[in-house]
This record gives sequence, C-alpha cells and structure tokens, in this order.
Amino acid sequence: MTKRVGARRSTVALKALMAVSGLIMVGYLLLHMYGNLKVFSGQVAFDEYSHHLRTIGEPLLPESGLLWIIRVVLLAAIIAHVYSAVVLTVRDRKATRTGSGPRYKSKQNKRGFQRSYASFTLRWGGVIIFLFIIFHLLNLTTNDIAPGGASASPYERVLNTFGEWYMVLVYTIALLAVGFHLRHGVWAAGMTLGANTSVKARRNLNVLAYALSGIITIGFLIPPYAILFGWVG
Amino acid sequence: MKITVRVWRQANPSDEGKMVGYDLDDVSEHMSFLEMLDVLNERLTLEGEEPIAFDSDCREGICGMCGLVINGLAHGPERTTTCQLHMRSFKDGDVIDIEPWRSSSFPVVKDLVVDRGAFDRIIQAGGYISAPTGSAPEANNLPVPKENADHAFEAATCIGCGACVAACPNGSAMLFTAAKITHLGLLPQGQPERASRVLGMVEQHDHEGFGNCTNIGECTAACPKGIPLDTISRLNRDLLGALAKGKA
Amino acid sequence: MTVNTQARTDEFTDIYDLGEPIADTRAPDVDVRQRWETRRFEAKLVNPANRRKLKVIIVGTGLAGASAAATLGEAGYHVTSFCYQDSPRRAHSIAAQGGINAAKNYRNDGDSIYRLFYDTVKGGDFRSRESNVYRLAQVSVEIIDQCVAQGVPFAREYGGLLDNRSFGGVQVSRTFYARGQTGQQLLIGAYQALERQVAAGTVINHTRHEMLEVIVADDRARGVIVRDMVTGEIETHFADAVVLATGGYGNVFFLSTNAMGCNVTANWRAHRKGAYFGNPCYTQIHPTCIPVSGDYQSKLTLMSESLRNDGRIWVPKKAGDDRPASQIPEDERDYYLERQYPSFGNLVPRDIASRAAKYVCDEGRGVGPGGLGVYLDFADAITRLGRDTVEAKYGNLFDMYAQITGENPYETPMRIYPAVHYTMGGLWVDYDLQSSITGLFVTGEANFSDHGANRLGASALMQGLADGYFVLPYTLANYLADGPYEPIDETHPAAVEAKQQVTDRIEKLLSINGTRTVDSFHRELGTIMWEYCGMARTEGGLLKAIELIRELRTEFWRNVKVTGVNEDLNQTLERAGRVADFIDLGELMCIDALHRRESCGGHFRVESQTEDGEALRHDDDFAYVAAWEFGGDGGKPVLHKEALIYQNVEMKQRSYK
Ligand SMILES: Cc1cc2nc3c(=O)[nH]c(=O)nc-3n(C[C@H](O)[C@H](O)[C@H](O)COP(=O)(O)OP(=O)(O)OC[C@H]3O[C@@H](n4cnc5c(N)ncnc54)[C@H](O)[C@@H]3O)c2cc1C
Ligand code: HEM
Ligand code: HEM
Ligand code: SF4
Ligand code: F3S
Ligand code: FES
Repeated sequence: MTKRVGARRSTVALKALMAVSGLIMVGYLLLHMYGNLKVFSGQVAFDEYSHHLRTIGEPLLPESGLLWIIRVVLLAAIIAHVYSAVVLTVRDRKATRTGSGPRYKSKQNKRGFQRSYASFTLRWGGVIIFLFIIFHLLNLTTNDIAPGGASASPYERVLNTFGEWYMVLVYTIALLAVGFHLRHGVWAAGMTLGANTSVKARRNLNVLAYALSGIITIGFLIPPYAILFGWVG
Repeated sequence: MKITVRVWRQANPSDEGKMVGYDLDDVSEHMSFLEMLDVLNERLTLEGEEPIAFDSDCREGICGMCGLVINGLAHGPERTTTCQLHMRSFKDGDVIDIEPWRSSSFPVVKDLVVDRGAFDRIIQAGGYISAPTGSAPEANNLPVPKENADHAFEAATCIGCGACVAACPNGSAMLFTAAKITHLGLLPQGQPERASRVLGMVEQHDHEGFGNCTNIGECTAACPKGIPLDTISRLNRDLLGALAKGKA
Repeated sequence: MTVNTQARTDEFTDIYDLGEPIADTRAPDVDVRQRWETRRFEAKLVNPANRRKLKVIIVGTGLAGASAAATLGEAGYHVTSFCYQDSPRRAHSIAAQGGINAAKNYRNDGDSIYRLFYDTVKGGDFRSRESNVYRLAQVSVEIIDQCVAQGVPFAREYGGLLDNRSFGGVQVSRTFYARGQTGQQLLIGAYQALERQVAAGTVINHTRHEMLEVIVADDRARGVIVRDMVTGEIETHFADAVVLATGGYGNVFFLSTNAMGCNVTANWRAHRKGAYFGNPCYTQIHPTCIPVSGDYQSKLTLMSESLRNDGRIWVPKKAGDDRPASQIPEDERDYYLERQYPSFGNLVPRDIASRAAKYVCDEGRGVGPGGLGVYLDFADAITRLGRDTVEAKYGNLFDMYAQITGENPYETPMRIYPAVHYTMGGLWVDYDLQSSITGLFVTGEANFSDHGANRLGASALMQGLADGYFVLPYTLANYLADGPYEPIDETHPAAVEAKQQVTDRIEKLLSINGTRTVDSFHRELGTIMWEYCGMARTEGGLLKAIELIRELRTEFWRNVKVTGVNEDLNQTLERAGRVADFIDLGELMCIDALHRRESCGGHFRVESQTEDGEALRHDDDFAYVAAWEFGGDGGKPVLHKEALIYQNVEMKQRSYK
C-alpha cells in the first residue's frame, strides 16, 4: 500500500500532466520544425526568422519577450513531464517488484502478447531525448559545442554542425528516439485525456500518432541531410 | 504426451520461493490445464509431498478464481481463463513454466495462490450504484439505449481475475477499475455517483499500490473477457472531468 | 418392468424411523394471495436504534447471501458474512447462464403472478408449498426493479426497454437475461451492494473462511465456528441469528456442473445439530452438458438449454455403431425424442430428456468416449437458417464447446450427456425461512423450499434474490425483534463444544495418514450416487448404494491421506472435510430416495412408471415434504412428514406426449 493522496494527485492526474506537457512540447516541436525548414530559404530568411522570434510582440513585450515566454513554458513542461515520468516509473517498479530477480522467472514470451517496441522504449527513449536536448542547447543555442566552428549566425551554426557526418548521426539517433516516443506518446496522450472511447476514435488517434511522429522525424531530418549532402548553402 | 512443468513453490508469504520441476508422462490433450495439475497433485499426495496450492472454483471461465502465469503469459497462450485452457495448446516434450500473478498488491499466499483483496476494496470505494433495497422505481421507467446497454454489459463482464495486473508491465489495475467505471458510467442509473465513483476508485487503486497505466495495452490482450482499452480512456475522462468540476 | 408388490408406504424400519408429522406454522391462514402481505403486516418491527445492537451472521455470498447481507446491513443491523472463496463475487451463482424469471408481463402474452405460480407448482410436480411459491411469484416483479436500479445490464431492445425470452419450456416470455451471463450480472449487482455496506461499516466480510460448525446455545442458533483457510485459525463468531446461504450440494456426485468448492458442509453440520433436511433426494439432472472425456475429469460444463430449440438429438439405430457421425446415413439414425414425444420433440422437460439419453446409452447406442453421449446436431438448422443465423444465436456456446472439446460443432454434431445440475432438496424451513433450529435461517439453494421435486429453468436465481432482498429482511426482523438475546461468549459450553468438535475432526483427518487420496474417495462416492441414486432409481439399487456408502465411510476414516498441517493454506484438508460430509449426505439421499416409492420430478423410481415409461406420482401416499432429523452417528434418521395441501392448483399427472 502507498500513502493515500487523493484523486488530485493520483496516477491518473499525474499522467494527464505528463500528457499535457508532452503535447505542449509536441506543439513546440512542430513550430521548431517549421522554423528549421527555413534553412532552405537561405541565411537571411533563417536568421531573420530567428531574430523575428525575439522581436514578436514588441513593444508590448520586451526584447525576446515571447521567446522567454516560450522558454518558461517549455521549461515548465519539461520539468513537469520528467517529474511525473520519474514519480510514476518509481511507482511502477514498486508495483511489480517481487523481492529479487525478474518479475517472472520464465524466459518465454518476454514480449507478452503484443507489447510494441514503443512501449518498451518509452522511458529510455525519454532519457535519450532529455540528454539530447542538453547537448542540443550547448550545441546550437549557446554554441559551446561547435563542431565545424562557432558563429553568431544561427544559420551558420546549423550549417557548420551538419557539415560533420557524426553530428548528423547524433541528430538522427535523437530524432528516431523522438519518433518512437511520439508514436506511442501522442496516442497515449489521447487515451490519457479521454479521447479514445470508440473504435473510430481509436483508429483516428493511431493515424494521428503515426502522422505526427512521422512528420516530426522526417521534417527535422531533412535539413541535416540536405546540408550534409551539400544541397543547402 | 510427456511434459515437464516448472512450478513456483512458496510455502508462505515470507518464504523466498523457487521454481521446482516435475515430469508428467501421461498427459491427455483433452485435459484442462488445471486437471493436469490435479493429476500431478494426486501423485504428489501419494508420494507424501505437499500438493501444489492453486485457486479455482467454477472451472467454466466465469468466477475469476483461477489465474496462473503460464510461460510468462497471464492465463497462458490462449485468450481465455486458466481453467478453460486445455493441454491441446501444448506439445509433447514442452517445458511449461507456471507462476503466480505477480504484483506487490497481490501478495503470494502460498505457491500459486495470491491475495486479490485489493480488488474488493477498489469496489468498496465506489464501484456500485446506491440503490437501497425496496426503493427501486419500475424497471421499464428508465429506458437505456441499446447501444449503451450493450457497451455497459461488455464492460460488466469483467470477472475480477486480475490477469490485467499480472500482464501489465507496470502492475497497473487500470483495466479492472475502468471496466467498472465504464459499466456504471454508461447507464442512466449510474450518473448521480459518476464523479464520486471515479474519484474514490482511482484513489483506492493508487492506495493499494498498483502501478500507473502507460497505455501499453497488454492488459486487454491478456484479459480473458476482452475488456476493451477504451474503458481506460473513459476512466481518465471521467476523472479529469470530476477534477475539473472541483469534485475532489 | 418390475412391479413392486410391497405396499408403497411400508417403512424400512431397519434404516430409518418415523417421527411426528410437522407443519409449516408460519404461513397465515388466509387466501394464498394475501398470505405474504398478512405475514409482513403481522411481523414485528425493529426500532432503527436497536438494529445496531443486533448481530446477524450470514454464511455464503451467492445471490441469496449477498442480497440478504446488503439489505440487512443497509437496514442497520450488524452483519458478519463469510465465504470460502477469495472474494464474495465468486460465489457459484456467478455461473448461472440462462436468465431469471419474473411475472412482469412486459410481452403482454398473458403472464401474471398466478401463472408464474401455477407453472412453478406444476413444474415442481406438486411437491412444493403453495404459500412459498405464490410469494416467490409475487416478489419476482420487485427483483427486476431492484436489479435494474443497481445497474444490472439486462438485455434490452432497440427502444431501450427490457427484453425477455421464453425459457425452460413455458409458453410465456418472462425470462430476463444478460446474454449467457445472467447469474454473473445479478451476482455482481448484489456483490456491489454488499461491498457498499462493507464500506459503510455495517457488514464485515470474511473471505477464505469456511464455516465448520453452528453453535446452538439454549436451543437457539447463536453463532458459528469458522476456519480461516489461510492461517488455519479456528474462530468463534456469535450473533443473534444465523443465516445459511451456502448453496446446493450437487457435488455429492463428484462430477456435476457445480463449482469445485460447492459443498454441503454448512448444511450438514447444522443438520447434525438439529436442522431437518428436506427432500434430500431431489436432484435435477440437466440434459445438455458436455460429456466426460476421461477419468481425470474434474467437473462438467453445462451447455445452455436453448440449444435444444434448433439442435436435433439422435443416436445410431444400431448398438455399437462407432462410425463417425457424418458416415451414418439418415435412415440409420434414431431421433429418439422426436420419435417418442412427437408433440414436444427435442423440447421435452429436462428430466425426460435426461432419462431418454441414459436409456439409449444403456442400450449401447451412446456415442463418443465410453459411449456416454448423444448427438445434438445442427446440420438441419444450418441448412434451414444459414450458418450466420446459427452463429448469431449460438456462437458463444459453439465457441465454448469447441474450446473444451477441440471439435468444431459447425461441422460435426455436438456430443452431450446429462449431468447433475441443481439440488431441490436442502434444509427444511418454514414460511419464514427458519429451520427447525430456532434462530437458524436458510435461504437460496441451501433450503428446500420453493421448487418441489423439480426446478423450472430461470427460477433459482429468482428464488435466491427473493429470499435475500425481500423475504428474509422481514421474517428475520420479526425474529430479531425479540432480541438482543442474552450475550454469550467463548466460555459457553455450546461454543466450547462446537469448537472442540471442529478441532477434533481436523486432528482426526490429519492423523489418519492412510494410502488413498481424498479425491479417490470423492470419485467413488460419485460413481455410487450416479449409478444408484441418479437418473433412475430402484429399491435394490438404493439398498445396495446405502451398503456401499457405509463401507466407503469406514474406509475413508481408516485410510484417507491428508497431507500438511492445519495451520496453513491446506486445500487437501478442506476437501477432506467436505467429502466426509458428502459421504454422510449421500447415505441420507439414498434413504430418502428409497422411502419415496413414487416418481416425481427429478426423482424417478423405476418401479413407479406408466405403461409407456413415464413417471408416475402417488399423491395419496407421497404428497408431503420429507424432513429428516439426524439420528446420531450410527443411528437411524427420523422422518417427519409435512403434508402438502393444494387449494389453488389442481394436481395433475404431467404429460408431454
Ligand atoms: C451451470 C449452472 C447454470 C445455472 N443457470 C441457472 C439459470 O439460468 N437460471 C437460474 O435461475 N438458475 C440457474 N442455476 C442455478 C442457480 O445458479 C443456483 O441455484 C443459485 O445461484 C444458488 O445461489 P445461492 O446463493 O443459494 O448459492 P451459491 O451461489 O452457490 O452461494 C453459496 C455461497 O456459500 C458459500 N459457502 C458454501 N459453503 C460454505 C461454508 N461451509 N463456509 C462458508 N461459506 C460457504 C460460498 O462461498 C458461496 O458464497 C444454474 C446453476 C448452474 C450450476
Ligand atoms: C521533449 C520531448 C518530449 C516530448 C515531446 C514528450 C512527449 C510525450 C507525450 C505526448 C507523452 C504521452 C503522455 C501520456 O501517456 O499520456 C509522453 C509520455 C512519456 N514521456 Fe515524454 N516527451 C518528451 C520528453 C520526455 C523525456 C525527456 C522523458 C523522460 C525523461 C519522457 C518520458 C516519458 C514517459 C515515461 C512517458 C510515458 C508516460 C505515459 O504514457 O503516461 N518524455 N511523452
Ligand atoms: C535537425 C534538427 C534540429 C535543428 C536544425 C535545430 C536547430 C535549432 C537551433 C538553430 C536552435 C537555436 C535557436 C536560437 O537560438 O535562436 C534550436 C533551439 C532549440 N531546439 Fe532545436 N533543432 C533541431 C532539433 C531539435 C529537437 C529534436 C528538439 C527537441 C526534442 C529541439 C529542441 C530545441 C530547444 C528546446 C531549443 C531552445 C529554444 C530556445 O532557446 O528558446 N531541437 N534548435
Ligand atoms: S479486466 Fe479482464 S483481466 Fe482484468 S480482472 Fe477483469 S476480466 Fe480479469
Ligand atoms: S497493460 Fe498496463 S499500462 Fe495500461 S493499458 Fe494496460 S494497464
Ligand atoms: S475457475 Fe472460475 S474462472 Fe477459472
């Protein structure tokens, strides 16, 4: 038995928090992907876009105001998401714990009846994504990691980065993790928020999950490969 | 046919427990899985060894008393209860692993017998409609659209066996809880207590120490009654709705 | 045919004694229509403030027990309930498939309380009490309202109203159902109501507790001794009244459609303490069960009777014809029910269909392993209606059959054989459901009360819920109104004695350490019962069975092997206690069957049949309830007769030709 905490702090409520924070991040990713695709419009457009992000809302908002709002929301989302993921994971471990050794001794049917790779990769996938984000910020935002050379222009930073094949590889791995995570995550978020109540809804959710994860993975990967193969710049 | 079973033996809750192998030489494919264990138990008794403790009652797939993890799968390879599983699902020479439901909320009592009292307590926390005996209105005063009635029925067929918990990688009892929420929540009679029901049952579910549902769906696949996954979504929706309305 | 020359009422004085006749003194002496209302009005009431001080023990959480516990708890009494399973929801009522009757007349097909009453009395072959049956029909209407309010998902029509079907050979559609899982849905409704009271603190439920003795102190039932099946602890519980709702005893036959744990222990222990056992020999044998497949078989599975609506029953004309069904040409098949009962055909009542199957198998014309089975063939139905229609109607039953037998019933005919299904007998109770021990009430299948010699389909569920929701709460209150009774504790001699009896018996069972398993005894008992006290019974056979059972008892107490210890979850020990009681009960059943030299309902005495082999009742001699008093270990049971008087229905011989 665990402590009685009330429905407001129940696993279901926490999970809803995870779903909402996850969906916020998905929304951000869609925007971010759209921005990234501007590399094809050349340096001016890309840098202007990046600049524009910092000036929207002026003079209502101070310089970088919206960007900071986005950053705060994103940070809050990621904290909420990771917090709930950790709390729930610890709980699940406890619920299935059986003294020493694996839960079931049998070595047969480790994958159960139907467990998909996504459901297995969810947690480690999340950790990979998390590590990637830190790396990514050091790489393209602060430019502390700058393979191929640092630059003040975001456009150049991107070009320099993906000029290196191993960076493309790193991003590819990260985006596959994101893809898997979202394939299950988007569907799961629908379940968690109560949208999966009929066969039809279930099918639509599945389609949406495939579509979003596909669009995001491919959409993000186009620029790096384009740059690596020299189609940009 | 000849088979070997490896069975989880655990003398009592505090015992470590281990897998013990037994060979059976003369198993008929028409035997049910539990009859195979009966035959083994008869032999063990005559040899002066303690027979293997396992639960069963109706042996018709309806009471929910039986339940073994067979080769890592709750209720074994077919979608049915353990008591309705037959030896024809196995082959000559097979080695069959038999284990109890595993979840810290279902402590092992002995061998393959576990304590599923947590399920009763979840129902106590709201899995009912308050209808004092004798106060009921005429039954046909309350029409229920057939579609809702059929859905409610489908959810109501849960036998409380606990396979969902045994199968869920998180040890979650969401499917069991959600089946009841769905059954009662789809009927007009169930509306007045809809919010308090879901709040109470989810709270109890968590209090019992069950895991959290990450929508993996293994529970539905193992459920002998095929309780659909959308029941869990309904539970989530009801809970969030109740919280949004400030009912907690 | 052997014609018995002995006078029918001759007593077997060496086997049993005749006691004083008894009467049900509780049913008011007014017109049957007013009896229940009058009784309710006359019954004493208990002030709500006093209810908390009154304790009730309810053993059993099936329809009868759970509904009573929920209702009494809600009324404010202090209820303690017990069941042997790990949850009240698993009581055997869960397995009932077909449906529950109620005289709602929603179909507008001429049903009424009187018609349900009439059908039930006639169906019981005029061996039940008019008072009880009329009351049952009256409250049936309220049961449906109650269950719907609780959320029981009965089948509905497109308009959203409740659907009905006709069931068990009656001409009106009065059966409410929830697909093939009516018992499950009703029980879950009652279980939820029970758990609501547990949460409210009015009911304390003990699961995995087996009742092993009743405490009768100063001539009143005041408590029970139970064994905690996990720790082995022997506990004493006291109350102002005790209710037994412990179900039927069909498992005396070893193979039956009952759940593995169904037992007679609670009833038998009460019987030994003074409760009369009513009509123990009345058993119902269901014609459509899946046949035995081997000697490892642990139980039998019922296939819904509705299959007989479209399936045709046949066996080969030639004995020993072991060709597969498909290779037996049409003119070499014997559709024996259609041949013998042209007007009812495959739809004759359960007992007739069962016996007919036994006869053809006795002639060596049975099919399948051991020749114990007949075909139930859907080939014609599939041709006539199309496979899809047949699948829509019976798909889940076909699947179940395929699951168990591994055969495909769409291609080869099903094989079916009769199996023991229900026991009409049980502890004798009066109109108030009180047994011959004051303060001990018995409800549901555990009592003998409403079905006479044969139960109609879909009326056991009705009775269980009628007793628990609507009858007992009034009659028990009437009894409790004189309470609380003087408190007693563990030092009371009756409590000490009862506990000692339990521990002695357990010690005895554990100390024998013989060479035969408990199941081997149970199987042997079952074989004896099935052979001699099954579908057709003869004087010679019954005498022989009594002999065999007595030998079996001696052998059991000398040579049974029970492993393990008491202080543990010990399933062998549990079974041993149950089998010991079954052995004693089996003997009483044979004695009851022996003394009743007539055929009625489920009890068919070969000596008492018409020219063309139909059951023949002898109303002049046997229109009574046989209530048996325990005669002590090794002593003779004592027969008390309760005369059955019919004022509202005329007694007739059944005919289904
Ligand atoms: C396969 C099948 C199908 C059926 N279909 C129908 C149908 O369609 N319609 C119909 O009307 N009837 C049907 N019946 C009959 C009907 O189901 C039963 O008669 C009825 O449910 C009995 O209910 P009950 O409450 O009296 O007893 P049960 O439901 O048998 O409950 C007995 C309770 O007593 C407890 N108990 C027993 N002994 C002890 C003990 N020593 N100590 C502690 N607890 C004990 C058990 O744990 C259990 O809780 C069917 C029966 C079977 C077998
Ligand atoms: C920034 C990128 C991320 C996005 C877009 C994202 C998105 C999502 C979404 C939409 C869900 C579904 C929620 C639900 O099931 O209802 C989810 C679930 C999950 N996420 Fe993330 N996530 C991200 C990062 C992470 C990180 C960094 C972690 C962990 C460290 C993580 C761990 C999880 C876990 C464990 C779940 C499953 C929980 C559940 O299904 O309820 N995620 N994620
Ligand atoms: C090929 C893929 C990607 C490219 C080219 C890319 C590019 C960039 C660039 C150029 C910036 C800096 C913007 C600026 O400082 O103005 C940035 C910031 C960021 N990126 Fe990406 N990115 C990619 C993938 C991702 C992925 C997969 C994630 C998340 C999972 C992500 C999350 C972020 C975040 C959180 C920031 C910081 C935003 C801020 O500072 O406000 N990026 N990205
Ligand atoms: S939901 Fe399915 S698996 Fe879970 S308890 Fe109910 S019937 Fe068993
Ligand atoms: S398997 Fe477990 S994670 Fe949820 S969908 Fe089923 S409870
Ligand atoms: S024993 Fe009842 S479901 Fe298996």
